[in-house]
Amino acid sequence: MNDIFQGLSQAMRLVLAFDPGLVEITLRSLHVTVTATLIASAIGLPLGAWIAVNRFRLRRYAIAVLNALMGLPPVVVGLFVYVILSRAGPLGVLGLLFTPTAMIIAQVIIITPIIASISHQAIRELWADYHDLLISLHASRSQRIGTLIWDGRRALMTAALAGFGRAIGEVGAIMIVGGNIDHATRVLTTAIALETGKGDFALALALGFVLIALAIAVNLALHILSGTERGSRW
Amino acid sequence: MTLKTLLATVSAIWLATTAGAEEMKMAVTTSFANSGLAEILLPQIEKDTGITVELLVVGTGQALKLGAAGDVDAVLVHARAAEEKFIADGNATHRREIMYNDFIVVGPSGDPAGAKAATKATEAFASIAEAKAPFVSRGDDSGTHKAELAIWDAAGVNPEGDWYKAVGQGMGAALNTAAGMNAYIFADRASWLNFGNKGDLALLFEGDPALFNQYAYLPVNPEKHPHVKADAAKALEVWLTSDTAKGLIEGYTIAGQQLFTFNAQPM
Repeated sequence: MNDIFQGLSQAMRLVLAFDPGLVEITLRSLHVTVTATLIASAIGLPLGAWIAVNRFRLRRYAIAVLNALMGLPPVVVGLFVYVILSRAGPLGVLGLLFTPTAMIIAQVIIITPIIASISHQAIRELWADYHDLLISLHASRSQRIGTLIWDGRRALMTAALAGFGRAIGEVGAIMIVGGNIDHATRVLTTAIALETGKGDFALALALGFVLIALAIAVNLALHILSGTERGSRW
Repeated sequence: MTLKTLLATVSAIWLATTAGAEEMKMAVTTSFANSGLAEILLPQIEKDTGITVELLVVGTGQALKLGAAGDVDAVLVHARAAEEKFIADGNATHRREIMYNDFIVVGPSGDPAGAKAATKATEAFASIAEAKAPFVSRGDDSGTHKAELAIWDAAGVNPEGDWYKAVGQGMGAALNTAAGMNAYIFADRASWLNFGNKGDLALLFEGDPALFNQYAYLPVNPEKHPHVKADAAKALEVWLTSDTAKGLIEGYTIAGQQLFTFNAQPM
């Protein structure tokens, strides 16, 4: 228990002092995960909507595979990206291994199925309501998807935030492809793993509290900016 | 912080990721990184040579693998047989000894196996095996793991059974496991002195010359991997074998103890 209180007070001290090391790894965590979430959303949201409004052979299997991919083990994704990006691998000439870009690629692979799967679920329910209306208006396929994405934007934001949440706390994949290099690829989660390895539990917990606070802050900021959960509406 | 300044800061970090002086990547062992010596050496290296050394902290086995794949420009490891094979395979041009530290045997302060009374490392190990006292092994093919296995071998013991727990993790994680189980563990002195979660563990055996732990620097062969920064790797080697390095390495102490002894020979 003592470690937890020490961790809390150390977290306070680090945040209040605006510790430069902490600011650096926090911004890098945000950089990697926000970029990954944006890319994954750009792929996952339309993909989820497309699967919801289209009927095609193997649709059932596509949905099952998508849902299963939500459970992809990050370590395996990390190893896969590592092997691809290694100098000995097919994309080795790009020299991307152990850079933030490699970390973003790994996170995109991890969270795209989550975003696509949740958005598919949300759009499917909306589609059931809108189906007759949109058909009678002779809306084209892309117009239908556009309408559904816009009117389902709050549910889709939840999908993107679920992806963000998974990525910001992820350590297995980015440890492998990023390498936890100080001042280059060290982020909050890999720093926590490092401090745990050194037996400095208080500092590791302090960084953990900062990570949780960061996730809450990002979620709150998005909800405030998008005007959801206002008092006047349910 | 307003949203605007936040965005400005974030975009600055976005763009700043590739700026800076010359960089090179070096794979080092966890025992070296955990010692804290890197934090002393790296800023001085940057000042003297203009090279920013990016450290990848892994076990010796993985460090050599990174070097063989050309993913790093040099490695600093401590497992002689594996290093010589690495050179024989054409992955490095040569091996340069830099410094050494030593391994120790750590265990429960009550010392149920009586390892403290041993005069040689092999005796200490044999007494632990005989008592079937819990022993945590790195089990990750690292230099420390290889050194541990060599001592079991020399002691004529085949470490097997419930008491022998191979965790397959780095030095820090293995020490955490040993502290949690109050088990014996074979560790390097630097990691032990820097470790913050000692629990009931204590240093029980030290000083046998068989526990000598030599670190060597191996630049990755530019003939095999033309993209490696061979010039930076050479400059780093010159620095690591210089008198400046000697002063910093031998002057580094934790709790009043000198950790590393510099023993690089001039070329």
